[in-house]
Amino acid sequence: MITLTDVKKDYSDKVKIGPVSVEITKGGVTALVGPNGAGKSTILTMVGRLLDIDSGTIEVAGHDVVNTPSKVIAKILSVLRQENHFVTRLTVRQLVGFGRFPHSKGRLTLGDEKYISEAIDFLDLTDLENRYLDQLSGGQRQRAYVAMVLAQNTDYVLLDEPLNNLDMQHAVAMMKQLRRAADELGRTVVIVLHDINFAAHYSDKILAMKDGQVVEHGTPEQIMQDEVLTRIFTTDVQVIQGPNGPLAVYY
Amino acid sequence: MSVRTDTPVPPEAAEDRAARELSSPTREVTDQTQSPSPAGRRSGALTDRKHLRNYVLIMTLLGVLAIGFTLAIMTYNNPAEFGTRGWWLIVGMRRDSLLTIAVVALCHAMATIAFQTAVNNRIITPGIMGFGSLYTAIQTGFVYVFGMAGVTMLVGVSQFFLQMAVMMLLATMLYTWLLSGRFSNIHIMLLVGVVIGGTLGSLSTFMQRTLTPSEFDVLTARLFGNISNARTEYLPYAIPIALAVTALLWFRASTLNVLALGKTAALNLGLNYKRELIVILALVSMLISMATALVGPMMFLGFLTAILAYQFADTYSHRLLFPMGFLFGYTILAGSYFVLRHLWDAGGAVTVIVELIGGVVFLIFILRKGRL
Repeated sequence: MITLTDVKKDYSDKVKIGPVSVEITKGGVTALVGPNGAGKSTILTMVGRLLDIDSGTIEVAGHDVVNTPSKVIAKILSVLRQENHFVTRLTVRQLVGFGRFPHSKGRLTLGDEKYISEAIDFLDLTDLENRYLDQLSGGQRQRAYVAMVLAQNTDYVLLDEPLNNLDMQHAVAMMKQLRRAADELGRTVVIVLHDINFAAHYSDKILAMKDGQVVEHGTPEQIMQDEVLTRIFTTDVQVIQGPNGPLAVYY
Repeated sequence: MSVRTDTPVPPEAAEDRAARELSSPTREVTDQTQSPSPAGRRSGALTDRKHLRNYVLIMTLLGVLAIGFTLAIMTYNNPAEFGTRGWWLIVGMRRDSLLTIAVVALCHAMATIAFQTAVNNRIITPGIMGFGSLYTAIQTGFVYVFGMAGVTMLVGVSQFFLQMAVMMLLATMLYTWLLSGRFSNIHIMLLVGVVIGGTLGSLSTFMQRTLTPSEFDVLTARLFGNISNARTEYLPYAIPIALAVTALLWFRASTLNVLALGKTAALNLGLNYKRELIVILALVSMLISMATALVGPMMFLGFLTAILAYQFADTYSHRLLFPMGFLFGYTILAGSYFVLRHLWDAGGAVTVIVELIGGVVFLIFILRKGRL
């Protein structure tokens, strides 16, 4: 369980995130949605202890993320941000191998190799594992990064807009793989999404933010209502029944 | 965790799998070729046999060149007869130059590679960040304040340590200040570094203008990097320190490998990012200030060795990059020392020439890459 208590982050007098108090349950996929600048990524990166908290506390599986040593957190929680740029040239397998660092400290054992192979296979990168990252397409590279955080083998996986820059096919494939990570591997996946329809279809819980506050937290059925979505996004939204569940129409 | 096909999968996932198999006809083939033996799939810093062969080949070549130049410098044109006491005396004198070259190459190569990894940029080097100007300013400052006596005041073992300490302190402060907090931006850091270097440089120029010609003459002789008359009395201290710091960096190699992935990834993987950064930058400052105190400022030697090591080793592993960087540095310095001193009789110009080559490579690299 991820517990946020009165978490605040002030960027300036005008831009303030929080206080946010919310509990994200263990298991399943939780999607963070909301308009630009609502504080979704801020909350996610603070939970992932990549960003300092101004006040309040965040606990992941009972560990305070600020006071617990980073290397302990790294075995419980992994986090992936949008922009990943490396100066070194790495193959897919080498990159995924880095995901084992919290466990192996740089010396990969046979057990580590097994996790690496599984993560690579899980994201359909088996044929590409010896390719260099700069030889891959954007979608393949994104999958390699996700494979790295899966190889870290943490109960909690936080992803900041993993669908960014992915086309329809790759976005759907990515969501299905994350869904499987939650269902088959028992990971708790928390992900920032822009497309409410993706969130509705693939997640178990939706956490909606607006102006630095959590405004809604519930199942997709509870969130996929005309007036709720209209309120969150400040845009007229109509929810219709699609072939695979509710669809938000806003254009 | 099991993701193999033999595990029971929820109907939804099975559907997805079927859909994927339909969409990619190669899928079946990959499932078959995917051998279940884990031994067949290994991760390593060197990707395959060819990569390993290349690495070993280059290291051997560099090793042979390094040994060749070492022997050549020691024995070429030795006026005394082979095996006599005089012959060995001359060899012993030349050995000191070689030790200096080794220490300088070791310091610059290790420091530059570690620094570039820590700041996540392969163009800026500790040298470009104003180290040379700092050295010039310290030297000029002493002559300015104490006159001719100032020159001799800076010679001596305790002064060597003092000068190293001052440079280390200033550099570590500068880097930590620039890299933590608001300035965690490479371009700002580079700009501030260059501006600080420029300021110290013009301060030195101003002080030099007020010196008497004889003071200025003595000072100038000290400001050029020079291997032939490096202060060998520092070597007994410089060598163990260089080896100790090198060992510390060597043991941090896996940390450095992770740091190279950038701040976010390093934090995610559980590194204490800020502490590691400061420790590594302090070690880097120590190496560079020692090399500078030994033979004077060298701006591009580190860049040259590091870029060659990246190009030829083509790996993320610092355990493989460090030795290659060192061998490149040693071969380049020893090679140019041999050619310039023994063939052209211009031993004093070694650092100048190496800097010239390094500077040209730096320009070519930037122009080809087209960005920082």
